[in-house]
Amino acid sequence: MKKILLATAALSLMAGAVLAQDKTKACFVYVGPIGDGGWTYQHHQGLMAVEAEFGDKVETAYQENVPEGADAERVLTQMALSGCDIIFTTSFGYMDATNAVAAKFPDVKFEHATGFKRDTPNVSTYNARFYEGRAVMGTIAGRMTKSNKIGYIGSFPIPEVIQGINASFIHAKKVNSDVTISVVWAYTWFDPAKEADAAKALIEQGVDVILAHTDSTAPLAEAAKTPGVIGFGQASDMEAYKPSPRVSSIIDNWAPYYIERVGAVIDGTWAQKDTWAGISGGEVLIGEITEAVPAEVKAEAEALAASIADGSYHPFTGPLNKQDGTPWLAEGVVANDGELAGLNFYVEGITGDIPK
Amino acid sequence: MMEFCGINPAVLVASLMVASVPILLAAIGELVVEKSGVLNLGVEGMMIMGAICGFITAVSTGSPLLGFLGGAAGGAVLSLMFAFLTQVLLANQVATGLALTLFGLGLSSLMGQGYNGIKPPLTEALNFGPLSDIPVLGRILFSHDWVVYASVAIIAAVWAVLKYTRTGLILRAVGENHDAAHALGYKVGLVRLLAILFGGALAGMGGAYLSLVRVPQWTDGITAGAGWIALAIVVFASWKPWRVLIGGYLFGGISVLQLNLQACGSRIPVEYLSMSPYLITILVLVIMSSGRGRAALNAPASLGQSFHASR
Amino acid sequence: MVTLEKRPSPSRFWSAATPVVAVALTMLAGGVMFALLGKNPAEAIRTIFWDPLFGEFAWYLRGQLLVKAGPLILIAIGLSLGFRAGIWNIGAEGQYIMGAIFGASVGLAVFPTDNRLIFPAMIIAGAFGGWLWGMIPAILKTRFNTNEILVSLMLVYVAEKILSKAALGFLRNPEGAGFPGSRNFNSYPAAANPELIAGTGMHWGVVMAFIAVIFAYILLQRHILGFQIKLAGQAPRAARFHGVNPQRMVVLCLGISGACAGLAGVFEVTGPAGQISIDFNVGYGFTAIIVAFLGRLNPVGILLAGLLMALTYIGGEMASTNLGLPAAAIQAFQGMLLFFLLAVDVMTNYRIRLFTKGAA
Repeated sequence: MKKILLATAALSLMAGAVLAQDKTKACFVYVGPIGDGGWTYQHHQGLMAVEAEFGDKVETAYQENVPEGADAERVLTQMALSGCDIIFTTSFGYMDATNAVAAKFPDVKFEHATGFKRDTPNVSTYNARFYEGRAVMGTIAGRMTKSNKIGYIGSFPIPEVIQGINASFIHAKKVNSDVTISVVWAYTWFDPAKEADAAKALIEQGVDVILAHTDSTAPLAEAAKTPGVIGFGQASDMEAYKPSPRVSSIIDNWAPYYIERVGAVIDGTWAQKDTWAGISGGEVLIGEITEAVPAEVKAEAEALAASIADGSYHPFTGPLNKQDGTPWLAEGVVANDGELAGLNFYVEGITGDIPK
Repeated sequence: MMEFCGINPAVLVASLMVASVPILLAAIGELVVEKSGVLNLGVEGMMIMGAICGFITAVSTGSPLLGFLGGAAGGAVLSLMFAFLTQVLLANQVATGLALTLFGLGLSSLMGQGYNGIKPPLTEALNFGPLSDIPVLGRILFSHDWVVYASVAIIAAVWAVLKYTRTGLILRAVGENHDAAHALGYKVGLVRLLAILFGGALAGMGGAYLSLVRVPQWTDGITAGAGWIALAIVVFASWKPWRVLIGGYLFGGISVLQLNLQACGSRIPVEYLSMSPYLITILVLVIMSSGRGRAALNAPASLGQSFHASR
Repeated sequence: MVTLEKRPSPSRFWSAATPVVAVALTMLAGGVMFALLGKNPAEAIRTIFWDPLFGEFAWYLRGQLLVKAGPLILIAIGLSLGFRAGIWNIGAEGQYIMGAIFGASVGLAVFPTDNRLIFPAMIIAGAFGGWLWGMIPAILKTRFNTNEILVSLMLVYVAEKILSKAALGFLRNPEGAGFPGSRNFNSYPAAANPELIAGTGMHWGVVMAFIAVIFAYILLQRHILGFQIKLAGQAPRAARFHGVNPQRMVVLCLGISGACAGLAGVFEVTGPAGQISIDFNVGYGFTAIIVAFLGRLNPVGILLAGLLMALTYIGGEMASTNLGLPAAAIQAFQGMLLFFLLAVDVMTNYRIRLFTKGAA
């Protein structure tokens, strides 16, 4: 124990030495390459927005392709040592590494995306309510499907993806009681060719609206080959596939949050918090709904987005039952955030099992 | 189970033919390389170089055909590095191949900066007129783009060349016993260089098929391990061209089938389905090699060994 | 015209000098690439090769070099024995994963019991898991003549699926709010593999890697088994006359390399990584193949090659963060270093002769 304390003291001494600089240094750890065109690309857009907003007052640094685990801990330590004032760790798997390093550098602020652990006061967590966007896409899907079959391509069965499947289905069902959803798990974070095959398999099963939780344009390109099949942009706008098959999109927009938090460090007002913003905070953007969607459906989708944004409606509002028919939320009751964050069951009406 | 879970077999076969193209092209190229006695583990690197070079060429010329040529050139240029190191400087082939993969992944990502989010020109399916309306066969045989047919044609050509021509004989001689081939007056180094270039070009073309047709877009790491599968397929085929086709279609078929089974709501747990392409490939190889007992011995005898003409 | 002339025996001078020459050449070529990318080449090279060893934060990074090199060396040592005997295990990545899963399962099964025997039991389980996964290609090869390259490679992907099943299902942290990933071993002291001396990076896995180097060295130099392994690779027919049973060799080599990879996995999951997660494996099993060959399949060479690879990872990362170099440039740079190391190695075994055509 004593040895650990000594090491901690040495580390914090080093961290103290760099406080004298006047520029604020914001650092980012990415799980993939910027060129992934999806998750990491959107975080990097946030970094560039920070640079554009604060100009000379900030300095930025980033590291791509950082594996979770031991490598993350080393990269974070290195960043903290080299004078970063605030470090954004942009993947769930960095959770334990972020908290471990934060404990050694009390003067450096850490921001962990999509996690829930805040062991020390210098760790904040943030996430985006992507399911709000899914609710809007689900509405469009329910109205647009002619076969009454919509498809969802998932990566791994983690709570965020399950939120997305449930939110899409609930809102498709709300506008079209005949709708069913088929889920295909790719069991990989990244394999564009497999996404194309998954989309094709869904189309063969009669699905005519495809929602994807994976970030490549492969499902859209596959949809483009079959007339009448539509899909949505995911992570980025994917405007190359406008006006159809891409009829709208969910865009990850981290810029407002990054600007706010870096600004707080500059002002000296940074404090620990847990942020889970959505459409209202501008973190989840709904991409342009194209002319391929009838005007009344577009209006309906936009109205839903607006009601979510102003807080008058929550996508998980009862009455909702779990898949097995047992009640989950009573009439008018809204799911609480803790429950949503760890969501691990389907709502009633979805067939198939979540892989365990 | 109505119509086997709603999966139309004709559609399934048509899909697997498309899905297998990248690994088929890369595998048949690697087969020729290995037949000449060279083991190039850099298939993944050459494929991804082909993917980016093909993408850049197609986007800047507007022609998908030129794109495939560009992809083949990209793969071949990278394989030239492998050839120089292993044939001239006699470097270890396994390590050089792995280094080639590392280098290719890095270089392709550097070259691809600025090509995100662009849609490449479309590679159309060939027009067979009324032929494509024949039930079942029309969908399987007459609904594809030219590369699908080319992949099968190249396999047939490689088979014919290896079996019936003098070129094939020389290639096999060099791969089986390079000292004897050298003593007979064949230029071992030159034969191997050409084989390596051929392998690189086909791997590059396979990569270009991913970025131009299958996905189609450029993202870092787009090949996602396809080059490794191609290497496994060559072993699966025990260095026989037609078996490359069987192996590629088997692997591609199971991969497509497992996604179809998921989509139709099959009760088989997803994690077992996602393992199935790998397990079934092993299983089929076990059956094939135990039946013959000699499949593993079919490897070219000089595979992976450097050749140095001492005289 | 330039030709190569085989040396009667490998040059001692060049076998020591080639790495130095190769690194120097890489610095030149890499410098050109960095300059083309608009960065200061001297600064980039210094950041990659000098700073992790002697720079401002070297007191921290030197330890991290060991953390990174440990699993690479341990796996590569195991692989090198098989490679020498002509047995191609390229699925060490899968054996690494299975080692981690087996080891972690034992530890998590008895959570939160405190007992001195837990950690050793986990290590044994980890070695067993890797061994078991290596036995599949071994048995298929000896029984059915199935090629081990294909089987071991395919089993990597199967192991990855089992890993995600573990992280999402049977090893998931029950207190993790539904998120994937197991409990973190760093908060379960009886099962943890912490730094033995804080700040040095030394953990049991690194110790094990060093032991493996010494063990392999003795095996190859002094033991009959080492002789048999070398013979089986260089002259399979002669080996058979010497009573070397090729079946036994396959089982032995795949078993040892599997167990080594499994050990690396369990040390990593209990220490530096801390937990089983979907993305627990980061390609050590594949990089170790390069390390084995860079080290010329020689235990001491592997030790040095592992450290060099670790240096390029860590230095490269620093160059990337501090100078804004794309990660891809670092990857390409590593590729270049490998190319030069492999290319210059020709000097060890061959002399370069310049002479006119007529003289030939």
